[in-house]
Amino acid sequence: MRASARIIAGIAAVVLIATAATAFAIAWRPAIATIDPPGPQAFDTALVKRGRDLAAIGNCSDCHTLRGGKNFAGGLPVSTPFGTIFSTNITPDPDTGIGRWSEAAFRRAMRSGVNREGQHLYPTFPYDHFTNVSDEDDRALYAFLMTRQPVRAAPPENQLSFPFNQRLAIAGWKLLFLRHDTHRPDPKQSAEWNRGAYLVEGLAHCGACHTPRNALGAERVSAQFSGGDVDDWHAYAINEQSRSPVPWTADALFAYLREGWHPDHGTARGPMAKVVSNLSSVPASDVRAIAVYMAGVSDKPASARAEPNEAALARAGRAAQTNSAGASIYAAACASCHEGRRPLPYSGVNLSLSTAISSPDPRNLANIVLSGVDAVEGERSPIMPGFAASMNDEQASALLNYLRARFSEQPTWTDLKKTIADARRTQAVFLQTSPGPRNAPADPQQREKP
Amino acid sequence: MMTLKVNGREHQVDAEADTPLLYVLRDDLKLNAAKFGCGLGQCGSCTVIVDGQAVLSCVTPMVLLEGKQVTTLEGLGTIAEPAPIQRAFMEEQAAQCGYCIPGMMMRAQALLQKNSKPTDEQIRAELEPHLCRCGTHMRILRAVHRAARLMDTADASTTAKGSAR
Repeated sequence: MRASARIIAGIAAVVLIATAATAFAIAWRPAIATIDPPGPQAFDTALVKRGRDLAAIGNCSDCHTLRGGKNFAGGLPVSTPFGTIFSTNITPDPDTGIGRWSEAAFRRAMRSGVNREGQHLYPTFPYDHFTNVSDEDDRALYAFLMTRQPVRAAPPENQLSFPFNQRLAIAGWKLLFLRHDTHRPDPKQSAEWNRGAYLVEGLAHCGACHTPRNALGAERVSAQFSGGDVDDWHAYAINEQSRSPVPWTADALFAYLREGWHPDHGTARGPMAKVVSNLSSVPASDVRAIAVYMAGVSDKPASARAEPNEAALARAGRAAQTNSAGASIYAAACASCHEGRRPLPYSGVNLSLSTAISSPDPRNLANIVLSGVDAVEGERSPIMPGFAASMNDEQASALLNYLRARFSEQPTWTDLKKTIADARRTQAVFLQTSPGPRNAPADPQQREKP
Repeated sequence: MMTLKVNGREHQVDAEADTPLLYVLRDDLKLNAAKFGCGLGQCGSCTVIVDGQAVLSCVTPMVLLEGKQVTTLEGLGTIAEPAPIQRAFMEEQAAQCGYCIPGMMMRAQALLQKNSKPTDEQIRAELEPHLCRCGTHMRILRAVHRAARLMDTADASTTAKGSAR
């Protein structure tokens, strides 16, 4: 070997070793010592109660509970573009849950996505938001989770392909995308607005669904709240790009988030049904704060949307002429509820108010037409039968095209056949694994019980 | 007038596009196995099979049935010659008041046509849309398992007969 070649090889080796050492230094996290499970008596009940409300705001149960499974025992498959990730067991079981985690270990997981053992966690766990949660609130969440029923349940192995199955790669992801302190109080705004901002940007992690993600699965900061994906549903744009036919106000948002429906917007369903179900049980002031903050984000309506009745009627007439199959299906299968006299939420929403029909993404409409809205166990709730078994693809497609033409001013959707086929497949899975909305205790006294 | 195919026969029925299939079955064709329970697609007692799929006939308007094949409980077997699903429900004494049972049988039948050996869990998940207020759920579960076994033997004997010829 010539001297110059040897020097080059030497330099390359040094660079490689240095890179590896740097990567190791960046990626390596120590384990945090185990503790003996503290037991439920170790925590103050007021703290546990606060943790309970915070866990509801954080919608923790949604991912960490499998349909038919025990609360917070994990195992829910979350499909991502990189493979399937299973949620973890966050009950205080010492072997399969977080029973041996200290509060410091819990806080580190929330703040920087590292488990007690020192492994990087996939950002399916939205620590890019939870990094904004205060020490105090982490303490309350920890107290709440550590006083739950311990459940022995290990989640299945994640199904990820190389290189995504390498947890070290997550360290690189964090370097690129994890920012701490993304939320700072704004002294020019009200205390309520600031409370809302703290919750929305932090624990409530609204952007995790409502913000689109880049090729590496990180939220696109420049497109915050302009609409994203979750469980094969479209999470609507909730900024100025909202397609809601009637613009949202703080009052409407408050009612919707608290009650699960609003006369101008209809009923929350799909993954949002669980969010509003959780929010129905937390202090009204927190929901109000979220509504006030989000109304500020979305108060620039995209278009003046009140249109003269004649124009709407003319459009409806045209739609009926060009798509008689869709029109007759609508008249026979939909109109009796959606044009009925029963008040919301027990009737169908007037479809000209439907965001699903005006949305650029037809998935939500396909999902709801095919799978319907299931009754919530133990309480009065809106219902809709699903038509997956009684409508074939042509019928569903004719109906969706007709609804789009009659009830929105937006261009025709393309490739509805694929949307409908996908909706049949994905919703069957979603409805089997997702725990579905829980009934909120109607009696506020019950909420005092941690 | 429209043509409706039920249990292998074509019927000319005088029904509006928005008339629910259940009304036509019961009132016009006098096929009374499918029951009116809630009328909202929430209890399952009106379930029939359309093109192999269990369908809630009380919320299925006639306009959706053009060219499709409807099967009701009457189409599966007779009192003299009950189908495996019917025999299984009788042998397990799965009916108390019986109002929900035709719907249960139809969805179970649709399940068994797709999956000849369902697990307990799959049967429970599949029959979840059906309400039974008498509480014969455990017997219904056993009946579906028994029907699966009966169908299995029926298939085997048919094949045996076929090959003997």
